[in-house]
Amino acid sequence: MKYAISLLLGLVTGAALFVTGVYHNPFVGNASVSPLAVTNDRVIDLGFSAVPSNGLLHTNNGETTITPYPERVAELWEPAVYDTSVFVTRLESGRGTDAGVGIKFLSKSESTRLLKGQAIANSAWHIYLPGQGTLMIDQTENYWSYLRDIVIPAHLSSGDNWRGTFHRVMTNGPSALGTARVTGGSGLFAGMTSESVELLRAEGYSTRSGPVSMQGNLTLAIPSPAVAQD
Amino acid sequence: MSRVIKTFFLGLVLGAIGAGTLMWKMPAVDLHRESSLVTVQPNGGNVEEFRINLPRDRIMVGLPDPNSSIPAALDWPGQVLLGDMQAELFKIRDRNDTVIGVGSRIASASEASGPFIEWALHFPARGTMYVKLEMTPSEDGVRNGLLMSGTREFAKLSGGLREEFVAAAPDDEESQGRIRLNAMLVGPLGESE
Repeated sequence: MKYAISLLLGLVTGAALFVTGVYHNPFVGNASVSPLAVTNDRVIDLGFSAVPSNGLLHTNNGETTITPYPERVAELWEPAVYDTSVFVTRLESGRGTDAGVGIKFLSKSESTRLLKGQAIANSAWHIYLPGQGTLMIDQTENYWSYLRDIVIPAHLSSGDNWRGTFHRVMTNGPSALGTARVTGGSGLFAGMTSESVELLRAEGYSTRSGPVSMQGNLTLAIPSPAVAQD
Repeated sequence: MSRVIKTFFLGLVLGAIGAGTLMWKMPAVDLHRESSLVTVQPNGGNVEEFRINLPRDRIMVGLPDPNSSIPAALDWPGQVLLGDMQAELFKIRDRNDTVIGVGSRIASASEASGPFIEWALHFPARGTMYVKLEMTPSEDGVRNGLLMSGTREFAKLSGGLREEFVAAAPDDEESQGRIRLNAMLVGPLGESE
């Protein structure tokens, strides 16, 4: 009997140690410096509040921490879109003025590998900037740092919340340098292909309502022929 | 070292290996997939029909007059920021009327940098398509468009999209009609997709 208990204790301790090692692995996670920080192209910065209720619309399956917004918006409960959310927001220029609107589709990805510190999501932005044109950004994002540094600590906290400073590049592909792919649609962006990255800055998170203080930022590199006004 | 402690360390190693194997083998995400209802064409390309039933598949409508937007509580910026731009969000269905994705349609006829009508179609288990439509529809009301870019399953494909509004039957009081999207896609260098 004592050997069985000893073996069981060993199994539980071994599994717990392994999971702790994966959780605290210092060699995985997101960068905090944008790969576009050294680009020679012109850059457009678009900021937005990542707090869903500060946006125009947010919808998901209705069963997650983040409640769909505004009231009576259709929820994505069907099996094929159950792990998808849609977020619509105003976008601000680097100077803090209204620049346009963006629609973000985000779905969990089957390429997620927790062992490698990869909690991957596929996302696409459909963006309209008045006076400039339209474009689409497609990217993969890694939410591992977000989960490890914000969501799990919030659930472990006695106050069911997290406060701190988080600043990470969320984009990790599909381009080789870990940047997103930008396709211009109309206006000044017509025919353009380029790169972008999405950054997330967070100061507060609640397990009851989700993000409390969180800002997102899209940085787009614009090749010379497509003149940006920002 | 006593046998009890040796057994504990054996369990420790087995526990760590077991946890690692589980994390490696068990998929953390397993997306639901519907079969793609694709018709193969003689040129090696394919045609796939997507449907949007109105009004039940409508998620959002943002109009120049914010008071007319859907849902009613939507705080849409409207004319002041976006001019005559209209933005719509829909659930996308396949030919069997099963929801397989979500899509956005944005349009503006008087945008200073050039008018546009565009779709972004997002299918979680397959990828995303970005399509630009012609401004002028054909005589029978069909609007043709070009695939600007695609991701994952659609990344290497080229082709177009036909948008058509099909009115509801006169005796159908619940429906406002249907948007039918026909994607006609072909792989690189005649590769069948």
